[in-house]
Amino acid sequence: MYRIVNKQELAPSILLMDVEAPKVAAKAKAGQFIILRVDEEGERIPLTIADCDTHRGHVTIIFQEVGYSTRKLAQLKTGDYLLDFVGPLGQASEIENYGTVVCVGGGVGVAPVLPIAKALKEAGNEVISIIGARNKELLILENEMKNVSSELLIATDDGSYGHKGFVTDLLKQVLETREDIARVWGIGPVVMMRAVANTTKPFGIKTIVSMNPIMVDGTGMCGACRVSVGEETKFACVDGPEFDGHLVDWDLAQRRMAMFKEEETIANKIHGCGGECTCH
Amino acid sequence: MPLDLNKVSMPTQEPDKRVKNFKEVALGFNEEMAVKEASRCIQCKKPGCVAGCPVNIDIPAFIKLITEKDFMGAANKIKEKNNLPAICGRVCPQENQCEKRCVLAKKGAPVGIGRLERFAADYQLNSSCENPLKAKSTGRKVAVIGAGPAGLTCAADLAKMGHEVTIFEALHVPGGVLMYGIPEFRLPKKIVQAEIDLIKQLGVTIEVNSVVGKLVSVDELLEQGFDAVFIGTGAGLPYFMNIPGENLNGVYSANEFLTRTNLMKAYDFPNAATPIRVGEKVAVIGAGNVAMDAARTALRLGAKESYIVYRRSKDEIPARLEELEHAVEEGVQLKLLTSPIEILGNEQGWVTALKCLRYELGEPDESGRRRPIPIKGSEYLFEVDTVIMAIGQGPNPLVLQTTPGLDLNKRGNIVADEDGVTSKPGVFAGGDIVTGAATVILAMGAGKKAAKAIDDYLATK
Repeated sequence: MYRIVNKQELAPSILLMDVEAPKVAAKAKAGQFIILRVDEEGERIPLTIADCDTHRGHVTIIFQEVGYSTRKLAQLKTGDYLLDFVGPLGQASEIENYGTVVCVGGGVGVAPVLPIAKALKEAGNEVISIIGARNKELLILENEMKNVSSELLIATDDGSYGHKGFVTDLLKQVLETREDIARVWGIGPVVMMRAVANTTKPFGIKTIVSMNPIMVDGTGMCGACRVSVGEETKFACVDGPEFDGHLVDWDLAQRRMAMFKEEETIANKIHGCGGECTCH
Repeated sequence: MPLDLNKVSMPTQEPDKRVKNFKEVALGFNEEMAVKEASRCIQCKKPGCVAGCPVNIDIPAFIKLITEKDFMGAANKIKEKNNLPAICGRVCPQENQCEKRCVLAKKGAPVGIGRLERFAADYQLNSSCENPLKAKSTGRKVAVIGAGPAGLTCAADLAKMGHEVTIFEALHVPGGVLMYGIPEFRLPKKIVQAEIDLIKQLGVTIEVNSVVGKLVSVDELLEQGFDAVFIGTGAGLPYFMNIPGENLNGVYSANEFLTRTNLMKAYDFPNAATPIRVGEKVAVIGAGNVAMDAARTALRLGAKESYIVYRRSKDEIPARLEELEHAVEEGVQLKLLTSPIEILGNEQGWVTALKCLRYELGEPDESGRRRPIPIKGSEYLFEVDTVIMAIGQGPNPLVLQTTPGLDLNKRGNIVADEDGVTSKPGVFAGGDIVTGAATVILAMGAGKKAAKAIDDYLATK
């Protein structure tokens, strides 16, 4: 059992939890993920690690309530226990001193970008960060990102904060004005990562994305998380989750996310909360 | 008394009923049936059955105890050699092992050794029995990686020798393929759980949620004070055919399909949160035991039609005869001498059909089975909405990649001798990670031999 030592709401429906898992905390590196289960009937939920406190033995996860399982997770309080917590899984980000890099995070995707930006800064890079959300209220980790970046740019879809528009608008401006960008990381919803990859492609700058396909075991055993990268099938859980965004088959990635759409609707209906209600 | 050349038949759930539930198909012998079957054994002086058993159970002795109605004694006799008898009695391919060597098999049906093993083991599990005595401690510590058949067997034997054993298991429950792969209707999970609980009572510690290679490496285990390590990580990497369309929605590996259903209990969705989607017409590619499990599971999940698609003929089907018969009884259909070359889908990315070729059989290949040869111009479409790839599994690389000094063969399996000794001092291996995908009992046999080798190694250290 793994104790939740701290729970915080970062934005409406976006939560942070610090979980006591000292062995995982001691080993985790930027870019890796964990899988957790809330209870005996629960799904195995993969979440990218947002931070680690090796001294206290805590692993920080940040997630958005999007369906039945994440809602159930959100109901847990500080002091409650998770049944299962396994990691660190996947390959770590390739961190080295590239010179100047851009880190782009969209929505809850800012959370996995944070440890990567931090590690890149520690490796000596100049880190320019761009974060975005639908509106000001949903923007997370602004201060934390500011602390690890030489420059932080913000975009909101509705213009309630920072640039009105998408993170890719800002990314394009940066790429047009700075010629020394060596590498770009883009993490967020699939459509956003795809847009980031499309933005950087004409500039020929290597762009790393973190794929979050449907997974079951997370150790290479089931193959549910297949992604096609440069015409080759990869398992995101063991070969990734980070891949070269210019080589990812994005149409396929988007289609595979929809594999259990109908079942998700059923689960939401049966469990009394399809998002149409006002229970939370 | 003349020899009865027929086996006492196994009571089973009727096919039309069982195909609608996940309860066990074979119901097991009652005491009367067990004694009757046991009395068919002629107690050979040189029993072939024992030689045919990968863990060398004293089969005539336990059968004799059953004829004497000492069922507990029979179970204990089996347990001298086999730590998981209720499991083996259900899933061992006895027809190729002990029962194949039975002298009665020359004239009629061999003694139903598997059924009797199951009977005795179940009898013991259903009775309250004393906790096994823990062996006197040697003060030596052994780490076992993977709580599947090889790891559990190795751990149990080591604990009986007095060593302190910790098993590191990647999933959230121990059991490996016994839990995630073999379906409930063939091997009830509470049986697996009960046998694992008995192994824990021997003093074995099981740490779940521990992915060796990620959380800790083999070298770190050795540095942390383990005197030896056994790797029993199994065949946990599903193969695909590498044909176009394999990533369409509705294409599963058998591992995914079975893991969702068994380990994650997707058959009980939405009470259990993990979903599974099975269409109306399911094609399972391959014809091994895993393929049969997947095809039968598909029917239970509500598929209207379930097909085994296999490029050789019925004679070459690698699944156990009993599994094949059960599958056919339940309505699984065989599409033989055919194999897909492409999977077709609709605009939304869902499977709509297989493009197949027909095959004919040529000369035997290196496996001794007749080689399938594609027939030119025989392409045809076979409409399905779900495809399950059950064409085998390779070694999971997580432990191997992080263990320098461990020799691997061309296929990525660990190179180990008969006793599980690897190229790395203090590191032993056995089961599917060494042999490639095989059977539960062969993995157990390997775990057993490795335990002996580890014990010898510790004595010299």
